[in-house]
Amino acid sequence: MDDLLSEFLTETNENIGIVDASIVVLEQDPSDESQIDNIFRLVHTIKGTCGFLGLPRLEAVAHAGENVLGKIRDKELTVTADVVTLILEAMDAIKDILATIEETEEEPAGNDADLIARLNDVAFGEAPKEAAPEPEQEELPAGKVSEAELEAAFQAAEGPDEDLAEEELRPGEVSEAELEAAFQAAEGPDEIVESLELQQEEAPLEEKKPAAEKTTKESNIANQSIRVNVQMLENLMTMVSELVLTRNQLLQMVRGMDDNEFTVPLQRLSHVTTELQEGLMKTRMQPIGNAWSKLPRIVRDLSHELGKKIDLVMHGAETELDRQVLELIKDPLTHMVRNSADHGLEVPEDRKAAGKQQTGKIVLEAFHEGGHIIIKITDDGRGLNSEKIKQKVIENGLASEAELEGMSKQQIQNFIMRAGFSTAEKVTNVSGRGVGMDVVRSNIEKIGGTIALTSEEGKGSTFTIKIPLTLAIVSALIVECCGERFAVPQTSVVELVRASTNNTSDHTIEMINGSPVLRLRDHLLPLVHLNEIMRLETAADEVADKSEVKGSEEFIIVIQVASYVFGIVVDRVFDTEEIVVKPIAPILKNLSIFSGNTILGDGSVIMILDPNGIAAMSGDAVVNTDGASKEETKQAQVQDEKIALLVFRAGGKDPKAVPLSLVARLEEIDVGTIEEANGRKVVQYRGQLMPLTTIEDNIEIREEGRQPVLVFSDQDRTMGLLVEEIVDIVEDHLDVEMLSERDGYVGSAVIREKATDIIDVGYCLSKCFGSWFGDTETRPFGHNGEKQKVLLVDDSPFFRNMLVPLLKTAGYDVSTAENGAEALKKRDIGETFDIIVSDIEMPEMDGFTFAEEIKGDDRWNETPIVALSSHTTPGDFDRGRAVGFSDYIAKFDRDSLMSALSQTLKESGSAK
Amino acid sequence: MTETNMHDYVTVFISDQLFGIPVLEVHDVLRGLNLTKIPLAPPEVAGALNLRGRIVTAIDVRKRLGLPEREEDENSMSIVVEHQGEPYSLLIDSVGEVLSLDLNELQPTPVTLNSCWKEISGGVYRLENKLLVLMQIEQLLNFADSSTIAA
Repeated sequence: MDDLLSEFLTETNENIGIVDASIVVLEQDPSDESQIDNIFRLVHTIKGTCGFLGLPRLEAVAHAGENVLGKIRDKELTVTADVVTLILEAMDAIKDILATIEETEEEPAGNDADLIARLNDVAFGEAPKEAAPEPEQEELPAGKVSEAELEAAFQAAEGPDEDLAEEELRPGEVSEAELEAAFQAAEGPDEIVESLELQQEEAPLEEKKPAAEKTTKESNIANQSIRVNVQMLENLMTMVSELVLTRNQLLQMVRGMDDNEFTVPLQRLSHVTTELQEGLMKTRMQPIGNAWSKLPRIVRDLSHELGKKIDLVMHGAETELDRQVLELIKDPLTHMVRNSADHGLEVPEDRKAAGKQQTGKIVLEAFHEGGHIIIKITDDGRGLNSEKIKQKVIENGLASEAELEGMSKQQIQNFIMRAGFSTAEKVTNVSGRGVGMDVVRSNIEKIGGTIALTSEEGKGSTFTIKIPLTLAIVSALIVECCGERFAVPQTSVVELVRASTNNTSDHTIEMINGSPVLRLRDHLLPLVHLNEIMRLETAADEVADKSEVKGSEEFIIVIQVASYVFGIVVDRVFDTEEIVVKPIAPILKNLSIFSGNTILGDGSVIMILDPNGIAAMSGDAVVNTDGASKEETKQAQVQDEKIALLVFRAGGKDPKAVPLSLVARLEEIDVGTIEEANGRKVVQYRGQLMPLTTIEDNIEIREEGRQPVLVFSDQDRTMGLLVEEIVDIVEDHLDVEMLSERDGYVGSAVIREKATDIIDVGYCLSKCFGSWFGDTETRPFGHNGEKQKVLLVDDSPFFRNMLVPLLKTAGYDVSTAENGAEALKKRDIGETFDIIVSDIEMPEMDGFTFAEEIKGDDRWNETPIVALSSHTTPGDFDRGRAVGFSDYIAKFDRDSLMSALSQTLKESGSAK
Repeated sequence: MTETNMHDYVTVFISDQLFGIPVLEVHDVLRGLNLTKIPLAPPEVAGALNLRGRIVTAIDVRKRLGLPEREEDENSMSIVVEHQGEPYSLLIDSVGEVLSLDLNELQPTPVTLNSCWKEISGGVYRLENKLLVLMQIEQLLNFADSSTIAA
């Protein structure tokens, strides 16, 4: 039998059992909402699956049953004994059909028009019984033919049941009258059924008879596989672990002795134990591909049914998941793929109109990340429509309009995962009865996972499911800190670095205001000491002890959580070991730094560190995945934006300053090495000639000794700015209060309560290189030397002043705007630009909204936008990309800005 | 006196105080533990240990009861109980015997006891030469609230 079918049978039989039981409970307590929700979902699942498997008859019954249940759920129908009886009758009908399917692999012929009609009567409140069959006949073509004929045909014991084997028919023939009586007696008085309908009932009854006989036979499917309680496997697992430990002890004992009689049997025992352990592990672990295996077919059927072209791509099918987890996510996954196909993807015509390929794409991905299993479902369909969601939210009373006003797009989109929500305007066969995303979410949260969604209207949606590795088997690195051992999931470990605090090895831990950092190649790696996080070695004498020992050598585990990389300092690193993750005791559940614990080969218990938890504890907002709170912190940062400034003196007593990020290096050069070339001061620096310049002419250059120089670098050119004295590096708010008229200065600001001139690095660069700029690769990509027009949107006058000369020198035609709203005004008056460079954090209209505005209007939607931000977090980056930014650059990274500009222009130019 | 009122208790000593734990709740009595510390855990949690392949959370009953810490060299023992399907090992000083006591003779907990003792005590038996405090495992393990108040 078809795998799909047999699985369906097992599953549906189970589900119907649950429905049977639940509905009886519901009858006793009709106010129990969770009960009706549960029943409704199960029936919905049955209906849905029937549709894919091509079981129209089953589907019709389930659909009608679902209608009734839906009404009950929406409180339009009260639960009465009659309704319950009717639903149970529908369940029985389903059961009978299932039994036949199990035997013949085909749906029995015939129809359930009567049952369905009665179900629909209840559902749609069509009280007059005479009227009811009329619309019914149109809905169900089979009913039209059979209703009258059936009755006649039935008397002759022939008709629609011809497909069934003759001998199966015979008992029905004989017992017709008795059966009817028996049926009525058994089912109790069918008050809903009028005498007119009683006659119709003979048809389903007839079918029921042979089917009922079959159910008495042993269910074949049940014999093919055994469902074992996971607890039993767990117990077995425990026992095997115990066996392994005992074996290890034995091996330890025998190792000391020479050849003896135990050696051989022990070896054998060892082998068997290992195999047993592996076998057991295997029973629990399954590649996620198993849960995906039926998706291609479902998608194929769907694409036929919906008239859409769908391409299903699956990556990472081999990712192993614990069986229990797999079972739990199987249904949600199917739901989501179904949703993507039904709601997400457009019909080919719409896709074509939107300029997309006709074939829609659904991408399924699974991988391990930071000790979690991530499953992503991406479609390139129409995305989520925030406005529609809002409407629906208000309609369904999930939130008020005022509440919605204050919500971010993300929050609004998340409404689709609330119970009783569905965006599809018409209820289709496939999905859209308000079950779906809420079921998905509750199922995933049940296993401690999370689900997140990002969606861009017109471009598609991505659902990211994150499941903790509880129950999964991982390879872990065993480390020691203060005499305690911990396991770190290998999946999040990037590398190991040995470092010292006293310059004895290549890597040295340095301190910035007490926070340890490490120079790792071209990055600065933030470090956390495990003992500090764990608050180990609290006793004072131990601290004293350690401080002497410490410093010689330390190990740094470089950890990556999402895109945040940091180092954990530990005392020792041992081996890696395959471990079975066990959940930690409930009373310790709130310790976010542990993802579980396990028993090592030597029998000791060890805690497993959760890199996510540690990252969160190390106080980095980067790992904050919650969109809402990130918004808030970002808001706070806007108001509190501090910039590191290098304060120096050059010409006169007044301090001057330059943003530290613009300075490549600080050097001190021997004045003796300053030479003259081409009428300019130059110095040989790193094998090249570096031109030197001064801000003012009156700067005093020492006769001898060393002179401090600020080195600015632009691509492969460097220049030095001779200064008199480097005073300090301060972090302060940079508020340019007076704009400068003089060349070489941006303006003046108050820094450390002193008026300070801010120098214009762009000016210095152009002073040194001037005409050179024309020839570099940063030259804007243009047509026949025509100047490319750049619109620079930034709220800070300082950056506008800083960047404008820079861009101008690089050959762009620059216009500026203070914020998004102002920039849009330029659009309204008909200005056009080749490229827009926009800040993200701005008052009135931020960069994201700005980009959305631009992309949502056809005047500027062709214009590429480059985002400029002083806070680049991966989340921002993704968001930026999603709203339509072509690139995302850190504010002070001029090199990247230049190359991004020319690169983006080049791309958009060639695209035209 | 009817048979049904007789209950069996395992007696344990903690800081010279005699406690009784219903014998049916006791799964194991262990000696010489190899504890793994759990940093950042509540102070009452002494660590975790491996009991035949199961990870058992060890509870320092002295800390729970606000008693002074034990001398290092004393031989540690523990009683394994189960609570909501999870095994816990209660660190105690020593295990006495199993007593069969009549529920009718159980005296209510004196109200003057300090609050955490009152919480865990299910009553007191007057034995011939000592008083036995009936230990309620559920209350003993329910320290999440009380510890936060203490902290």
